Amino acid sequence: MSPSEAVKSRGRLKIFLGYAAGVGKTYQMLQEASALRRQGVDVVIGYFEPHGRLETIAQTEGLETVPRRTFSYRGASFEDMDTAAVIARHPRIAVVDEFAHTNVPGAERAKRWEDVEAIRDAGIDVYTSLNIQHIESLNDQVWQVTGIRVRETVPDWVVQDATEVVMVDVTPRALLHRLERGVVYAPEKALQALENFFTESNLSALRELALRQTAHQLEERRDELLSPVPVRKSHSGRKEHILLWLTPDPAAAMLIRRGRRVADFLNSTCAAVLVARDAGLSDLSPEDRATADRHLNFCRNLRIDTQLITGSNAAKAVTEWARAHQVTQIFVTRHAKGIHNLVQLARDMQVTIVSERVRSG
Amino acid sequence: MASQDFSRPDPEELLRRIQAQDEQEARGRLKIFLGYAPRVGKSLRMFDEGRRRLKRGQDVVIGAIQSKGSEELRELIGQFEIIPPVKVDGVETMDIDAVVRRAPQVCLVDELARDNPPGSRHAHRWLDVEELRERGVNVVGAVNLQHISEQQPVVERITGKRALNSVPESFVHSADEIVIVDVPAEELRQHKGGISSLTPEQLSELREAALLLAAQVVERQLQHYMDLHGIVQSWGTQERILVCVTTQKTARTMLESGARAAARFHGQLLAVSVRTAELSRADEEALRHNLDYARKLDADVHLLEGSDAVGEIIRFAREQRITQLFIGHTRQAAWKFWKSSAVDRLIEAAEGMDVRIFPPAPQAV
Repeated sequence: MSPSEAVKSRGRLKIFLGYAAGVGKTYQMLQEASALRRQGVDVVIGYFEPHGRLETIAQTEGLETVPRRTFSYRGASFEDMDTAAVIARHPRIAVVDEFAHTNVPGAERAKRWEDVEAIRDAGIDVYTSLNIQHIESLNDQVWQVTGIRVRETVPDWVVQDATEVVMVDVTPRALLHRLERGVVYAPEKALQALENFFTESNLSALRELALRQTAHQLEERRDELLSPVPVRKSHSGRKEHILLWLTPDPAAAMLIRRGRRVADFLNSTCAAVLVARDAGLSDLSPEDRATADRHLNFCRNLRIDTQLITGSNAAKAVTEWARAHQVTQIFVTRHAKGIHNLVQLARDMQVTIVSERVRSG
Repeated sequence: MASQDFSRPDPEELLRRIQAQDEQEARGRLKIFLGYAPRVGKSLRMFDEGRRRLKRGQDVVIGAIQSKGSEELRELIGQFEIIPPVKVDGVETMDIDAVVRRAPQVCLVDELARDNPPGSRHAHRWLDVEELRERGVNVVGAVNLQHISEQQPVVERITGKRALNSVPESFVHSADEIVIVDVPAEELRQHKGGISSLTPEQLSELREAALLLAAQVVERQLQHYMDLHGIVQSWGTQERILVCVTTQKTARTMLESGARAAARFHGQLLAVSVRTAELSRADEEALRHNLDYARKLDADVHLLEGSDAVGEIIRFAREQRITQLFIGHTRQAAWKFWKSSAVDRLIEAAEGMDVRIFPPAPQAV
């Protein structure tokens, strides 16, 4: 099969994007699915999380649901999507709620978005729901805004790969009213949510991020349509390459997310290097080695090429590697040892010192 | 824009704002449903909200409707009490006094951008809405992007057409709440029909413009809320890029990169220059050149004075909630005295912002 045929037969992905629980993503997704079903389109529910929301549950009426699969883990049993059964049923569209969900242990794939990839690979279109705070590269910003470190994330490339992203919008005020009326959570849980996460300023900030993300997605999509082979050049006609200098510093996770986001927005390539004295990382402590490994893995998940380079002077090694690979911009954390050294050595390219995002107030 | 607009409010200022807010409370609230193109269903969404409010026991009436509409829309409208319009010059228009007398909890007003017939109290429907709000009536209304005057050049560039009537963007910004009615362009073309004159690309561009306008409104409301509650924002939902302009030639590259980043992120571009001492005539000329270029690239240019350039830049950057600070290397490598170099001091002080350092001369290829 040629690549273009493969693209054609792959299922499309439509994401219903929201900024918090209760904005109505699942409701709108099911409403559309029902409407399509009435028009005779073969739509089934692959997975749906009712959360006890009656109005949403009512939208599933008339839609076929693929039964869930039961997984046992350490003596307990858990229900989750039966991806194989969804693929075997082979509808035209499968509705799969909660894109960022982490699968129960024992499932074939770790993440639901990976299941969705598999369903699309089988040529089935997928409708899914996602909140803005689950997008990986926004993780630090979301934490700064809300004080909550979101654990379940989806890599940006998966979202960018969506055929369509639609913003499900309500105002924070309307959402807060819904919460007070107990539409979203049970009353005692709602009170807790109101105090922690659901403040007007939190919700407004997340909503703004979601609006901007949807707008950006449209722009990306148009660019792709206009030039299917991405032309990634700066205004001066030069291709932009971003290089992330990884260190065992835990803050490098922020560097990775920020670098990925900037590279995506600037249409730049993105690679990462880690410098050690030898390939076995013997100069690092066991903890540092573990942190470095986590960073390298994290990069690969976000589709950032990684490279281990050896050298005794890290700043020098990074600069030389950058020069040899036509890097235009090096990203580094504020805490990297040798940062002043790098700034002086790499005077022929741009160096970005990524802020360590902190919470205030 | 004066730089103090963004500075942290003092307690008295805060008090004044809270009083202003109280006065605001007496005014009717405005909620706007924003569509990006005809037939996205903004009116449907608005009346649907009205219906849900009715169901919850709120007193909702219709102040103004447009005659044309789908069957679904007509059925919805049938559920409401409609305040009879008055006729001016044989044309029906909203009866403001009747709405105020009826004193509903919420008044629905469709097509906010419509013009009133000559001889009406106000020339435009949005001015009627302003009066309703002044007189304490809450309004829920609907408008499309092509009817917002500051957006009209954008819409015209995309579609080649310009609508005749409009509301000013400031009216949209004055709304207490805005909701974007988002529908993928493909669906609009396939299921709703009737707007095939616009291509998917055109619809996508309009949709993007509407999303960004909504994001702007939300950003301003958020800022207002934070100011009101004395919260100092240390993070940015919108990218704000500050280019430090000196007499050096590299400023041009920095400004171009800044303009490009601002465009890609839909952020703001600012440029700043700090005068610490008298400049030679040649340097004065070089600086003027660079600042002109900044203005040409639509940067918001600020000139500061002070003996401590680094301190001034950091203070200004914090005030302006900058997320990315662009600085240039000085001509000579700062090896010997790097501890005191301005670049290093800026890096140290600019905690909370990304600092991007540019090569001294245009980059070698």
